[in-house]
Amino acid sequence: MNSGIKTFGAVGRSAGEFFAQVARVADLARQTLYWSTVGAFRYERIRWNETFTQMVRIGVNSLPIVGMISFFVGLIIAMQSAYQLERFGAVVYVADLVGVSITRELGPLITAIIITGRSGSAIAAELGTMKVSEEIDALQTMAINPVSFLVVPRTLAMLIMLPCLTIMADFLGLLGGFVLGVVQLQIPYSAYFSHTADAILFKDFFTGLSKSVLFAFIIALIGAYQGLHVRGGAEGVGKSTTDSVVTSIFLVILSDVLFTALFFSTF
Amino acid sequence: MAIKTKANSTVTVDPIIKIRNLNTSYGKHQVLQGIDLDIYPEETFVILGRSGCGKSTLLRHLMGLEKPTSGTISIKNMDLLHTNQPGRAELMKKMGVLFQSGALFNSMTVGENVALPLREHTPLDPATIQIMTRMKLELVGLSGFFDHLPAQLSGGMRKRAALARALAMDPEILLCDEPSAGLDPIVAVGIDHLILKLKAAFKMCIIVVTHELASVFLIADRIALLDGGVFRFIGTREEFTNSQDPRVRQFLERRPDDEKIDPDSYVNLLLENQ
Repeated sequence: MNSGIKTFGAVGRSAGEFFAQVARVADLARQTLYWSTVGAFRYERIRWNETFTQMVRIGVNSLPIVGMISFFVGLIIAMQSAYQLERFGAVVYVADLVGVSITRELGPLITAIIITGRSGSAIAAELGTMKVSEEIDALQTMAINPVSFLVVPRTLAMLIMLPCLTIMADFLGLLGGFVLGVVQLQIPYSAYFSHTADAILFKDFFTGLSKSVLFAFIIALIGAYQGLHVRGGAEGVGKSTTDSVVTSIFLVILSDVLFTALFFSTF
Repeated sequence: MAIKTKANSTVTVDPIIKIRNLNTSYGKHQVLQGIDLDIYPEETFVILGRSGCGKSTLLRHLMGLEKPTSGTISIKNMDLLHTNQPGRAELMKKMGVLFQSGALFNSMTVGENVALPLREHTPLDPATIQIMTRMKLELVGLSGFFDHLPAQLSGGMRKRAALARALAMDPEILLCDEPSAGLDPIVAVGIDHLILKLKAAFKMCIIVVTHELASVFLIADRIALLDGGVFRFIGTREEFTNSQDPRVRQFLERRPDDEKIDPDSYVNLLLENQ
């Protein structure tokens, strides 16, 4: 009886803590939106210098790893599908398969996951360290809004760079499939090219890109939230960084499911 | 407060900070219990207290970082707790804060750190800001360290740089959280002398939270002893040394708490927790 009540209490507390956390994330999202739009014009400004610095860190410095991984994923998809399609004598459809799966799904998703691990975690660790060493408090006592000063530049940089990286990932993924198709599977490159061009609709490309905008907001927001809510010292920073990656990847995939259901289930 | 001027006539000065009936509790634990406090311009006010007595919490209230459970704080006749965001920002610009760890931005150079409040809040051009930054750094004895990163400085130098940043906006109130914590005695006394120099030069209100008795007697005009969430003592240096309050005596004589260990109650405590 007593332990039953304790269990109920524990469930209630963790549920309460969960909803409190959701409310705090929503509040940070509201503040970020406010300080990057209305608040930026009314009281503050957008710190473009810092935004460009972050764009270089998040975007430009991630080009090699994102490019390489999407190229390899393109290769893998082509190899795996060729193995199946060969049985039907329809090897040329590798082009269609690679084209659709990369632009609709894998390009945006893989880019988002790499950037979560690379930049989302960096945001959480950086802001978390600043929180632990009282730098965030110092900003507030200097009447500088931490959201406007730290979160908005990172969010804007993420919103600009993740779609750009996704476009590049799409092209390099397609290139990976193309290289395998032409070199290994001996598909004439004109045939591969026309198949790809026929298969990919503008809608595929466009929904992939709009997903990446959503992913960008999730990654930046969760990274910033975990960083700003670090408790304890170095150990707290480590925990928050891990949590930011796990939560971001989960939310990216969850939102991907919802997004795909919304845009493709009726077709 | 009545102050004696040179002509031996007294003038009344309004307090720059007024705290009335301030209560703060975390859960069931009440940290501050109905605190009243007046702090006057141009005085150096030291808040003494042992670890966990609520002095850091009081300081965080004054910095506007945490809201108390109830009570009022007014700074320069403005209600700190109930003004809107722009009003509070204006108030914060008149206050400089020296954090215990310095809290310099590690990604920026010392010069950029000191220049940041000026860049953010004044319309000055970069050349003027650079001149002002160099002046502030010279004031704290760090003139050659403009392009150094905080990580390249020693603990004492970092405190000095943080002090230069706190002074960047020429504040009327300077809040110092344990300025000598973690420094060797010689560097610590250097920081104390720097605070004295600032007091003489800028005539600002300096509030220091500390538990270092040595620096208290060097810098304080008035001393308050915070214990268990209430002020046990507020008065001048002389009144402090002559006070007969047992807590003040304990602090002055550096006596440890009387340890009362009762084996029965300890066993009971263990049993209750099971």
